[in-house]
Amino acid sequence: MVLVVLENQRGKIHPFSLEAVAAGQKFANEFNCDLYILCLGEKVDELKSQAKNFKASKLISAKNDLIDMYSADGYSKVLSDVISELSPKYVLVGHSYMVRDFLPRVSAKLSIPFVSDIISVDFNSGNPHFSKQVFNAKLATSIEISSDQALLSFQSAAFSSDDIEGGAPGSVEEFNVQLSDSDIKSNSEPEFQESSSGVDLTTAELILSVGRGIESEDNLPMMQSLADALGAEVASSRPVVDMGWLPPYRQVGSSGQVVSPKLYFSCGVSGAIQHVVGMKGSKNVLAINKDEDAPIFEIADYAVIGDVLEIVPKLTEEINNSK
Amino acid sequence: MKIAVLTKAIPSYESSIRVDSSGSWIDESIVNYVVNESDSYALEEALQIKESSSEGSEVVVVSLGSEVNTSKVIKDGLAKGADRGIFIKNESSTTDPLTVAKIFADNLKSENFDLILSGLQSDDMGSGQTGVLIGELLEMSTATLAIETKVEGDKIKVKRELESGWFQWVTLPFPASISIQSGINEPRYPSLKGIMGAKRKELNTLESSSESQKQSFVNLYVPKNEKVTEKIEGDADTIVAKLMDILKNKLKVI
Repeated sequence: MVLVVLENQRGKIHPFSLEAVAAGQKFANEFNCDLYILCLGEKVDELKSQAKNFKASKLISAKNDLIDMYSADGYSKVLSDVISELSPKYVLVGHSYMVRDFLPRVSAKLSIPFVSDIISVDFNSGNPHFSKQVFNAKLATSIEISSDQALLSFQSAAFSSDDIEGGAPGSVEEFNVQLSDSDIKSNSEPEFQESSSGVDLTTAELILSVGRGIESEDNLPMMQSLADALGAEVASSRPVVDMGWLPPYRQVGSSGQVVSPKLYFSCGVSGAIQHVVGMKGSKNVLAINKDEDAPIFEIADYAVIGDVLEIVPKLTEEINNSK
Repeated sequence: MKIAVLTKAIPSYESSIRVDSSGSWIDESIVNYVVNESDSYALEEALQIKESSSEGSEVVVVSLGSEVNTSKVIKDGLAKGADRGIFIKNESSTTDPLTVAKIFADNLKSENFDLILSGLQSDDMGSGQTGVLIGELLEMSTATLAIETKVEGDKIKVKRELESGWFQWVTLPFPASISIQSGINEPRYPSLKGIMGAKRKELNTLESSSESQKQSFVNLYVPKNEKVTEKIEGDADTIVAKLMDILKNKLKVI
C-alpha cells in the first residue's frame, strides 16, 4: 500500500499535496496496490471534503485538538503512529516547507529512509530509482532504496495535479489519534504575512530578474534602466535579497513568489533549485550568464553566454533608440 | 549555554562540477571546497547567542567529512570565534542523511548540547534533513528555516519562514536543534587575531561509527535539457543585435 499525506494551506489542499495524490495514483497502478490518502491535523475536515473527489482505496483522517495547529512534535508523532499501524511501502508527500520541518523526525523515529526533493521516478520494474538534483542543480543523481519502506517527497511539478484521477475513496475512516500534552514540547503561534509593498510579481507579464552575477549593488540602477525600457518588474534570486540589495518581496523562488510571466529575463542568476521552482512556469526564459554551465540554461529558451554588465547597458540603449 | 554548529565543506559556487571516471562521484581535484553558505549564517547566529549569554557559554564547530576538504572549514569556524572544534572522519561522500545523522548523534550525545544549529541544507546533496534528524535522535525539540532567534530563559523563540512570504513564531524548550535560513544575520569575517588564535584551540578528531545505510547512489549525471535552447554567443554587439531581434520579432515584447 502507498500512503499520500495531505497538507493544509489556508483551508485548501496544498498544491504540492495535489501533485503527491497524482504520484500516489501512479504508484498504486505501477505496484498494483492500494492507495490510502491521509488528512492530518490542521483543517482536517476541509481537506477531507476536497479529497473525497479523488480515486483512492481509502481516505483516512487523523484529527485531534493538539494538532489543530501544526507542530513538528505533533505531526511527526501522529504520522509515525499511522505508519506503524498501516505499514505503507511508500509514504508520498510534496516537498513543502512543512514537510521539511517534520518528516525527517518520522524518518529518525522509525528508521525509515527519507528521499527528499525528488524530481522524477523511474519505476524500473518494481525497483524504482528516484532522481534528484544535486550540487545546486548542476548535476542529478538517481537513488535506490534498500529497505521495505521509504518516505518520499516530490519537488513541485515532478507530477502534475492535472493527472489526478477523479472518483471516490473506497472507504472513509478515522484514525484513532493518541496524543497527550506532554507530546507537544514546542508552542506554535498562528501564521502571519509581513506587509509587502504591493508589488505582485505573480501577475507581471515581463520580469527582469537579477542574481549575484550583477556583482554589486551599484549595478542595480543599470538593471532598473533595462527593466524600465522593457516595462518589466524587477525580481531577484535569494542571494541578492540576503545581501540586502533588494527587499524580500522582490524575491522569486521557494521562499519568495512563484511567477509565470510571458518573459522571464534573468541576468546573472545561476538557477539554484530554490529559485527555479519559483519561475519554471514562465512561458519564455531568456538568461544571460557568463558561466556556460549555469543550471538556469537548462530551462532557458534563449541562453546568452556573456558578461551581463557589458550587454545590459547596450541593450537598454538599443531598446530606447528603437522606440 | 553550550552550542554546537554543524558545518559542511562543499564545492564553492564558482567551482566547475564534473562527474569523475567512476560515474558515481565528482572530480574533486578541480573543486575548491568552502563552508556551506547557510552554515556560515548558523555559526554567526551561534556566536551572537553566546555573546549575549552567561559566562562560560561555548560554541563548538562540528564537521563531518574527509580530512582534506573539511579541515579548513573547521579552522575557519575557530578563526571566527568558535571555542573548539570536533572533526568526525567520514571518507564516503555519499552517506545517506539518516546515517549521517546517526553518526553525528553517536558522537555528540555525551556533549549534552543545549542548542545545535545547522544550515537549512547543504548546497551539494541538498537533502535538508540532518539538523532535524539529529534533533529527533537526541530527543531535542526542532525547528527549521529560522530567520530570527530570541533566547528567553530556558526556551528559544524562533521565527520560521514558511512559503510565499508567510511566517510563524515557534517557542521551543532546550535542548533544541534548529536549522538556519541564509540571510538571518551578517556573518563576520575572521580577524587576524582570530586566525592566529585558531591554531591553539582544541580540535578533537573522532571516527565514524559504522552504520548500514538504506539509500544508495545508482549514478551521477548531467541533467538532460528538455527544452530546445537557442545559444547566443559572440561579442556584446553581436549579442545585443540578436537579442533585439528576439525581443522584437519572436517574443514581441518591444
